Amino acid sequence: MSVLEVRDLHVWFDLGEGKQLHAVQGISFALDAGQRFGLVGESGCGKTTSILALMGLLPSTAEVAGEVLLDGKNIMAEAEKTLRPHRWNDIAMVFQGAMNALNPVKRVGEQIVEPMEIHGVASGAAAKKRAGELLELVGIPADRTKRYPHELSGGMRQRAAIAMSLACAPKVLLADEPTTALDVMVQAQILELLVQLSDDLGLVLILVTHDLPAVAQVCPNAAVMYAGEIVEAGTMDELFHDPRHPYTRMLFSATPDLYGESEVRSIAGSPPRLDEAITGCPFAPRCDSRFDRCATDHPALLTVNEGHRAACLLNEVAAKGGSVR
Amino acid sequence: MSAEQLTAVTEGPTLGSGNAPLLQVTDLDVRFPIPRGIIGTLRMDEKQWVRAVDGVSLHLEAGELVALVGESGCGKTSTAQSIIRMVESFGGTISFQGKDITALSAKAMRPVRRSLQIIYQDPYESLDPRFRVETTIEEPMLVHKIGTDKQDRSRRIDEALTRAGLTPPELYRKRYPHELSGGQRQRVAIAASLVLEPLLLIADEPVSMLDVSVRAGVLNLLDGLRKSGLGILMITHDLSTAAHFADRIAVMYLGRIVEEGPAKEVVRNPQHPYTKALLSVVPKRDPRDHTPAEILQGETPDAARIPTGCRFHPRCPVAEDRCKGEDPALHRPKDGSTSAEHRAACLLV
Repeated sequence: MSVLEVRDLHVWFDLGEGKQLHAVQGISFALDAGQRFGLVGESGCGKTTSILALMGLLPSTAEVAGEVLLDGKNIMAEAEKTLRPHRWNDIAMVFQGAMNALNPVKRVGEQIVEPMEIHGVASGAAAKKRAGELLELVGIPADRTKRYPHELSGGMRQRAAIAMSLACAPKVLLADEPTTALDVMVQAQILELLVQLSDDLGLVLILVTHDLPAVAQVCPNAAVMYAGEIVEAGTMDELFHDPRHPYTRMLFSATPDLYGESEVRSIAGSPPRLDEAITGCPFAPRCDSRFDRCATDHPALLTVNEGHRAACLLNEVAAKGGSVR
Repeated sequence: MSAEQLTAVTEGPTLGSGNAPLLQVTDLDVRFPIPRGIIGTLRMDEKQWVRAVDGVSLHLEAGELVALVGESGCGKTSTAQSIIRMVESFGGTISFQGKDITALSAKAMRPVRRSLQIIYQDPYESLDPRFRVETTIEEPMLVHKIGTDKQDRSRRIDEALTRAGLTPPELYRKRYPHELSGGQRQRVAIAASLVLEPLLLIADEPVSMLDVSVRAGVLNLLDGLRKSGLGILMITHDLSTAAHFADRIAVMYLGRIVEEGPAKEVVRNPQHPYTKALLSVVPKRDPRDHTPAEILQGETPDAARIPTGCRFHPRCPVAEDRCKGEDPALHRPKDGSTSAEHRAACLLV
């Protein structure tokens, strides 16, 4: 049984005046203990909204549907009531820019003690001891626990934010762009730390980022999101070497590589509006391989190979032995 | 600088006399004082400095794209800011088209500025939210008195928008920044520089705030401008981008250039241990590529306390005893595996 399974997750935002924005349009995936999973895509594709939904941290204008199974139990069954006991205790998150969100007037150690006391994990001397251990686990020397956030470098603060998310010993760690504002060397340190934590603690790690190379080096599996849907999912190796959705392929060609010789090409146009119904394939207007059916038929996410899923009509055509060219 | 020399600059996109490079920076030194506080001042404590840029020399030709690469705090942005004289240098010279502009007065600097433009990292911050695109692009022309009349300026706005890839221009002229995507905003910022017909464009992290899908578009735009003869100095921390788009790369560490050379060569045959480490940690697109990363521990030391000898020695994986005492200058590595333009500041190569 998977530690975390998401089934047909939807999120709508109420825009008022009877208008709705369908930010997440039915995504599904399942993850085992110690598995690292990348959720990639452009800004606005719904990746952050999806993981905020898992945390139950969306604003009140959001409406969520679908199932989130934690060890087989649906924690979304009664919304907040069934979700609350698991937030931080089982599912924790490192927010984007977390290193800049530490309380500036509290010592780093105290900030890690706080969630433990609130969630009844530990208190007093035991909590302090655990805070020290967590900081050590993420690579912050014990003598720094009494420091204030401004006395630590960006990388150290990001480590502290990760330690804080681990305060209640979660099974699932959601990391939203954990390395975006960091320097290459520090970025490498943080990614190495996340890998090590998922290995050592058996954490399910979901890495949300637009940085494909970072995912390629950290996560064996990933899903590419576009306009609120997963358009392709599989091993990172399949996504890079055998992409079955033009968006995945185009996203990789838009990313410069250190030794790459091929031309780096941007993807023309921009993602569709999600407050209006989309006819046909949402990526069709920007796609370099579209054909007539793309304008009318919405492709379903179908298995192309064991464990490899893609939502592109070209795969259906190919499966029938046909060709569109 | 005499009046005649000034005219040469004012008259716009003609290259300076002789074969002087478009930009030549020599031994640039930029320092920021550390406040001593009242007591420290009264006690007449020795003045302390943050040595942001500590002896940087670089040159750039027309039609060339040079990437200045390094981690935050290495002095790359201070270098750029002192080239456009937004930050006063403490020592060294900056010549533009063969003319020393290091000490020009603000007034004398103005005509030079026209040819020396900068675009910033965050196009969400650098455009005035109350200005329509056309106003943003017209303003620099009014400041520099370019264009004979409104109609002429309007033509130049269309031209700049087209060159920046915002076509057809009518579609963008009347828009406000909030109606544009990040990539389009950065293109407007570029158009507002192009309208002055600059010779040198400094691009400070031009794509780091943009979405992956549009980054390549802006970079290809810069690439096209370079091919049309513009000199571009790109400040970036992204080695993959530098490797792909730059002619030459200069790697900075703690206020110094520690390695420089043709981009492909620096990336494929790095000489300085810092460059090697930096390259090894860049994530590769291909998940099968598991080149071991050489992760340096800790972070760049404080520029107020630059280590003695080679400034990289405390973090260097191959440092020897002599590295603590001797400050290496840029030189051609001894093993002869590199081209003449490829130099590194390491005692061991």
